[in-house]
Order: sequence, then C-alpha cells, then structure tokens
Amino acid sequence: MKILGLVIVALVGSVLIYATVDFPPFADPESPASLHVSPRYIEKSLDETAVPNVVTAVLADYRSFDTMFETTVIFAAGVACFLLLRIPRRRPPGPRHFRHRLTGLTFRVKDGENGKEIFLPLREFEPVDSVWTPHDFIIEKVCRYMIPFIQLFGLYVIAHGHHSPGGGFQGGVILGAAIILLSVSHNLRTALKRMREKTGALCSALGVFIFAGTGALCLALGYNYLDYRALAALLPGGPIMARSHGMLLVEIGVGVAVMGTMVWIFKNLASLGRYDEGL
Amino acid sequence: MIWQLDLLILTLVVICGIGAIMVRDLLGAAILFGAYSFMMCLLWAIMGAVDVAFTEASVGAGVSTVFFVSAVYHTTRRTKD
Repeated sequence: MKILGLVIVALVGSVLIYATVDFPPFADPESPASLHVSPRYIEKSLDETAVPNVVTAVLADYRSFDTMFETTVIFAAGVACFLLLRIPRRRPPGPRHFRHRLTGLTFRVKDGENGKEIFLPLREFEPVDSVWTPHDFIIEKVCRYMIPFIQLFGLYVIAHGHHSPGGGFQGGVILGAAIILLSVSHNLRTALKRMREKTGALCSALGVFIFAGTGALCLALGYNYLDYRALAALLPGGPIMARSHGMLLVEIGVGVAVMGTMVWIFKNLASLGRYDEGL
Repeated sequence: MIWQLDLLILTLVVICGIGAIMVRDLLGAAILFGAYSFMMCLLWAIMGAVDVAFTEASVGAGVSTVFFVSAVYHTTRRTKD
C-alpha cells in the first residue's frame, strides 16, 4: 500500500512539474496576466478607489465577492469545529485541583460521597488544570503587558490596510492571537473570562453579517451588490472616497469574523469542547 | 532578489517539509511545520508579495501552529506509522 502511494505521489508530482513548463517565466511582461489584468488595476485603481495598496483594492473592491465567500468559509470552519468538538456534558468525574491564591499551594480535591462535587470558596482558591499546571509569574506578567500592544497592532493592521500591507484577515488573526496568548500564558478560564464562547461565535457571525450587510446596503441604495459607490449618499467625500470607506467597512467585518473564529476554534480544540480546562 | 539567499531558503523549505513528514514526534512535526511556514513567508517577501507574506506569517506560522500544538496536547506525541 505504501509503495502504491509513493508511486501515485511520484506520478502526480512529475505530471505537475511537467505542467509547470508551460507556465510563463517569473515576472514575464508578456504573460497573459501581465498583459490585460494587472496593468488595468495598477494604473486605474488609485484613481478609481483612492486606495494606494492595489492588493487591498483588488481584494476588497474589485473581487469583493471572493473575499466575502472566503470570510464565509472561515465562519463555516468555526461552525464545523464547534459541531465536531463541542460537548455540552459537564466535566468527567474525578479529582480536581485548586490553588490557594495567597500561598500558591495546590490542593487535590476528591468528590464527596455519592459523587457530589465539593466546592472550595473561589475567593481564596482558584481552580487549576489537572494535567499540566505551570504557574510562572514572569510569563504571566510579560504576556499580560504584551497583549494590549499586540491588540493595538492588530487594529492598526486592519485600519491601515489601505496604505500598507495588511487588512482584515491579518489584523483579525493578530487580534485573535492576542486572546490565544492570554489562554496559553495563563489558562483557558482566564481567556474565557475575557472573551466568552458566545462572544467568539457572535463575532464570527457578526463579521460575515457586516460584510454581507454592506453589500446589501449598496443594493438598497440602487447600485449593484458590493458596489461601494452607493455609500456616497451616506458618507462624505464623493463616490471615489466612498469606495475607500466601503473597503474599510468590509475589512472591519473580515477582521471581526476572523478574530472570533480563531478564538472559537482554539477554545474548542484546546479544551476538547468542554471549555473547562485546556492549553 | 539575491539567488544565494533564495536557494538557501528554498533548501530549508524542502528540509522542513520532509522533516515534518518524517519526524516521529508530533509536537516536533508541528514546530517544523511552523518553521516551514515561516520560510515560505520569507520567500513571499523576497518575491515582493508582502501581503501574502504577512498572511503566511500570521496564519501559517502563528495561529495554525498553536492549533496543531493544542491538538497534539490532547493525543499521544508519538505517531504509530
């Protein structure tokens, strides 16, 4: 079976390498893509949309349908992880661990008679993970002070995507990674306090809704779907600036969706869908 | 584009890719995959596709490595095959 697999992989690989011979060379000015499509965007996009970053203009305006369905795919990935992993059941029976907040001592608490859970006062004791419980002061504090700056950078990447590399996807991932860093450096419960499961899921859906809603708003104002020139009726600056503003709206939608989905997927994966303890 | 740098990074991409398949330790495979993504990010940046490089760095090297590690955390680290 292994040999058969190897043969198939080698065959497909050789066919693919053979097919690349027909490709135009790297950066060939005579290639079809460079003849009609690229010059059109490079020459006209700044005049038409007032956005210096051509990549953002193409992704969020000229090809915004693609981007909308990419966002939908990310949302669908989040929903798929949720449906596969989420367990509504409570935690499995067994001993739990608590840490005394003042002294840092860890206690192992068994269930009481008839499997009843014994609760320690949460003001003095905090629950800790049963498998692997690092409690490192330096890591916690350093991550805690880094997270606001990471989030600020994420917001900058979203808002400045028109003028520099970046945009909704990257900024959303950075914003989500900040919450994931909180979960990795502290524990899952701390991250859950900052961003609940419902918040993540809601952000995920809300982002797609913002994107599709912007398109529907354009439709309602009498233009084509996702034709941001329609927003000139609502925003100042004329139809060209309206396209730039429409892109910003859409990027915010993408950012919110990606942030929510990344945190959602991570929490489902890290806690095996139980949302009690994890990485 | 400096071809020596290009060749070096391409070699590292191939080594990381093969290593991620061959290594027995799943955590090691996840980290090698992150290194692979980072090398790809450098390649995109060399080719001038800065937006793609940014996405590769944040999604490929950042978040997906965390996903892999959190998945490995719940299983055994050794592969069977």
